[in-house]
Amino acid sequence: MAVAADVEVVDLATTALRDLNQRLHDLDPDAPDPRSWRIVNPNGAHAVACGLDALVDVEIVGHVGYYCAGMNKRATVRVRGNAGTGVAENIMSGSVVVDGNASQSAGATGRGGLVVVHGDAGARCGISMKGVDIVIRGSIGHMSAFMAQRGTLVVCGDAGEALGDSIYEAHLYVRGEVAGLGADCVEKELRDEHMAELRALLERAAIADVAPAEFRRYGSARQLYNFKVDNAY
Amino acid sequence: MCGIVGLFCKNPELEPLLGEYLSAMLVQMDERGPDSAGVAIYRDPASDGWSKLTLYCADPAVDWDAIGGEVLDVRAKHAVVLLEGDADEAEAAIRAAHPGVRVMSAGRVIEIYKEVGRPRAFAGEFRLDDFAGTHGLGHTRMATESRVTTEGSHPFSTGHDLCLVHNGSLSNHNRLRRELRREGIEFQTENDTEVAAGYLTWRLREGDSLETALESCLEALDGFYTFLVGTADGFAVLRDPIACKPAVLAETDDWVAMASEYRAIAVLPGATDAQIWEPEPRVVYAWEKALVA
Repeated sequence: MAVAADVEVVDLATTALRDLNQRLHDLDPDAPDPRSWRIVNPNGAHAVACGLDALVDVEIVGHVGYYCAGMNKRATVRVRGNAGTGVAENIMSGSVVVDGNASQSAGATGRGGLVVVHGDAGARCGISMKGVDIVIRGSIGHMSAFMAQRGTLVVCGDAGEALGDSIYEAHLYVRGEVAGLGADCVEKELRDEHMAELRALLERAAIADVAPAEFRRYGSARQLYNFKVDNAY
Repeated sequence: MCGIVGLFCKNPELEPLLGEYLSAMLVQMDERGPDSAGVAIYRDPASDGWSKLTLYCADPAVDWDAIGGEVLDVRAKHAVVLLEGDADEAEAAIRAAHPGVRVMSAGRVIEIYKEVGRPRAFAGEFRLDDFAGTHGLGHTRMATESRVTTEGSHPFSTGHDLCLVHNGSLSNHNRLRRELRREGIEFQTENDTEVAAGYLTWRLREGDSLETALESCLEALDGFYTFLVGTADGFAVLRDPIACKPAVLAETDDWVAMASEYRAIAVLPGATDAQIWEPEPRVVYAWEKALVA
């Protein structure tokens, strides 16, 4: 495979994971050099490219373990494979894209940025999300968006049981079947501003084959929490 | 925590390498379970009219030839013995005559080896690389509910040629143990997984199929579990409805594998291109020779 000269290739079969992550952490946040990284042979390792805070592009070729790209800030991370538990957990900004499937707790507690999974995501997707945007091309498992506070969860396939249980003000959109809604989560009208929000997110996620009008919107009935709704974002 | 691995050879050419692959998978699960390790190996069926038992004795000076059967293999403090007749009768006879010997497994195909310690040391001590067989299960334990002992290690026998490994913890094991004792099920430890194994033994004894018995666990057991159950012909996987204990399944033309994490599967040939998925909660997944032949 031809590799452009300016792509830094790191082989996790021969490089210690801590050495890789330390090199990524040591980069100049605004002017990282090198800017493009390719990580090969992850073989399910945990915490690959975790805690980044720099304008880098990181491509991981293969399947990763837990917490890949956790706490990501500004970096663009792409996993050419599947991801284990907690991919992009607590993401702050930047984007994390998984070409395959993700396990449970994808994008959990994320405060900003974009998470895209082109396959399915498991249980507890977007649990306690606080501002992240999550787009799933496939389906998600049970207890997703539990206590979701802010941000948007877009699911092009189906959602498992107890979607949006105890939800605050996150926006949920599901194109397929919802096995069941959690406490205080209800279906809501899909208005023009929601279609616009969906269109923009699908475009950012590079998903062109589904239309915003095919989705249904879900959100909080606001019966369970006591914040004054006028104070909501 | 705890780590689970399982490997089923669809292609018979892999069978001589079963132990080597299972060992490599088990070592990957070291951090998930440094307290004890164990495997169940399915190989070399006993002839008609004979049964195969895996025995354990804490005394390293035990004379296995004095047991009365044909000693097939001795590894660390375990011995595999062939005995004439039904496995139940053979097991009862050994318990009566040799109180210091524990029966780890009974049947015609299964062998169970388990010991306190980390998986790499276990794999060396028990020469896991040597094993040829059709399928095998393994477990690395991080103890939560009971003491770290050989008896509290996994796999647990659940009847002839059956065994259970478990990642998770059960909340209602004390009450269930009392109920199962009334049904005549015997327990050797205070371990929660042994209760799940005893529950399966009881359901199977009452005539349930393996699938029905596993499905009834969803009602009977309170707690967290990913189960891997070994049978004479294959293995089965079940996760509790909450499914917070991990499980990954992978399949190629040559093998089916189950593990707590993908990194244990990554050591297998062709893993990168395998079909990989996460088992759904509450669904029994099973592979048997008859199904994949």
